[in-house]
Amino acid sequence: MQLLLFNAFNGLIQGVFYALMALGLALILSLNSVINMAHGGFLVVGAYLAYTLSPYLGFWGALIVGPICAAVLGLFVERVLIRPLYKRPDPLYTLLLTFGLALIIEDLTRTIWGAQGLPFQVPESLNSPISSVLFFITGYRVLVVAITIVVMIGLYLLLRYTRLGVRIRAGTHDLETVSALGVNIYLLRALNFGLGCLLAGLAGVLAAGILGLTPPMGSSLVMPSFVAIIVGGVGSLVGSILGGLLIGVAAGITTTYYPAASEAVIYLIMLIVLVIRPRGLLGHEGLFE
Amino acid sequence: MIRRFAPEIALWIALATVPVWLDYVGGYSALGSKILIYGIAALALNLVLGFTGGLSFGHAAYFGLGAYGAGMTLKYLVPSTPLAILVGTLAGGLAATLLGPLVMRRRGIYFAMITIAIGQLFYFIAVRWNNVTGGEDGLAGFSRQPLRLGGLTYDLANETKYYYLVLLCFIIAVVILRIVLASPLGHTFVAIRENRRRAQFLGIRTDLYVWAAFAISGTVTALAGTLNALLFNFTSPQDLHWILSGNFVIMCVLGGMRKFWGPLVGVTIFVVAQDYLSSLTDNWMTAIGMLFVLIVLLFPKGILGLVARRRRDFGVALSGQRAKIERRTATIEPPPAPLKQETLKQEMK
Repeated sequence: MQLLLFNAFNGLIQGVFYALMALGLALILSLNSVINMAHGGFLVVGAYLAYTLSPYLGFWGALIVGPICAAVLGLFVERVLIRPLYKRPDPLYTLLLTFGLALIIEDLTRTIWGAQGLPFQVPESLNSPISSVLFFITGYRVLVVAITIVVMIGLYLLLRYTRLGVRIRAGTHDLETVSALGVNIYLLRALNFGLGCLLAGLAGVLAAGILGLTPPMGSSLVMPSFVAIIVGGVGSLVGSILGGLLIGVAAGITTTYYPAASEAVIYLIMLIVLVIRPRGLLGHEGLFE
Repeated sequence: MIRRFAPEIALWIALATVPVWLDYVGGYSALGSKILIYGIAALALNLVLGFTGGLSFGHAAYFGLGAYGAGMTLKYLVPSTPLAILVGTLAGGLAATLLGPLVMRRRGIYFAMITIAIGQLFYFIAVRWNNVTGGEDGLAGFSRQPLRLGGLTYDLANETKYYYLVLLCFIIAVVILRIVLASPLGHTFVAIRENRRRAQFLGIRTDLYVWAAFAISGTVTALAGTLNALLFNFTSPQDLHWILSGNFVIMCVLGGMRKFWGPLVGVTIFVVAQDYLSSLTDNWMTAIGMLFVLIVLLFPKGILGLVARRRRDFGVALSGQRAKIERRTATIEPPPAPLKQETLKQEMK
């Protein structure tokens, strides 16, 4: 029983990372119409920069600066490489472009920081278990969940109540009309892309404290995030959070009983969901069909 | 007539004589076989990608299934090369046929995401099912067996002789794809690519056609996979990985998706570049990534697309009148945009 709880909680933590990634991906997917294959790359950049900066800024400083660096890189990439492609309606090109970027970022990370895994130090006070029975719940893991919840609420408030958020949501429905109303949609899409990368960077820094740092960590987290979006339903942000948590916990529980299938089960869930609910759990009719 | 077919005849002559000249240009037999094998896969992918307009980003799955099917047949069942090829092809084809209904209704981004994710399923099965697939280390311990027909034996262990078997399969694949594309089926694929909704209005059940394209394409890709496993007498999860899927797509784009032979041109350039770069620098992945970015930004129509445009421009220069007409038709754009603004403004008043 304790093992099950342990694995389920591990899965929940994984699911939190998937959800954060999926949230950023879904934002970029719906407004920028870009499948960001390089999302894992932004995660890696955020994580490694936080690692490098943490001796100077401390853990808390790195936790803030790492994601911001990822966002700045995202803004740069959007401006220089992705913006020229908006006029081509076929999503193939942005997909291939970000695919290439993912290869470049992973390879350069390996060159700069080395192929071996690096440990990311979290403050000592956060490393101790909270209780002896539930030995796996450390302060850091609680912090991860707490930060994620705060970020998600913040994102909800941003999208619900600020002018920027309203424009982002309007843009996902009808970008042309938003543009006609005098909104600078280039700026809007750039900010949205940066926001997505910020979430990826945050996921990276938080994941680094638990999983450690390796160059392929980005690509191993980005695929389940795609699945999270498909399971949750393309076009639904709540869906991608739900999908991420669901597949994370499912993978964790599977680890208890049949560890070899812990990755495959994610994709099996996706197939089952696609058969039963072709649009995903909370997907809307008619989007990208 | 001769001028029209000259490039193709030259291509076939070049392919038939590869073992003769490849050594002189610095290649080796296995490289020739590899280009043809990837060529089969890319031509097959292009049936979905370029001719039906389905953004399949998971074709490595069927390639890898073919490879594992062939390898496992040789290793565990019977030591027969033709049977291994058949079993592998059917395994990959069956998977594509069964999974087709999950993707056939999707378009664009959604289609791509689902095909990527489905591909990963097979990757993880291959990685984790250690005792059968060999896990991360890959499946080894099998080798291509000589072909026996009556009293004749054809020894495939020889790289050059194996090349001719690959060439035979390449011809079969090209003939199949050509027949499909020339048939009403193929014309329907193109119609769906050009305007799916209009095709639907004409009473075409587009879903089923996309399914058919996906199944045919997956089967031929699996054929390529089996040949790849036999080429190296080895297969690994890398043959199922999404990076390979991405490579197939960029090969099609690089050569030109709208042309039948485009993918083969792309494969040749890509495989040679990869071979050369990986011997040149450790950071070849960065170089390949740069190649992706540059192709997307500079050559979105591919090399054959570029050649075709040059040729058209040249023809146009000869007859000025036609040029004007062409330019005029090219610049006509769909009109409805301003209407929306009008109604909005009225609503705001």
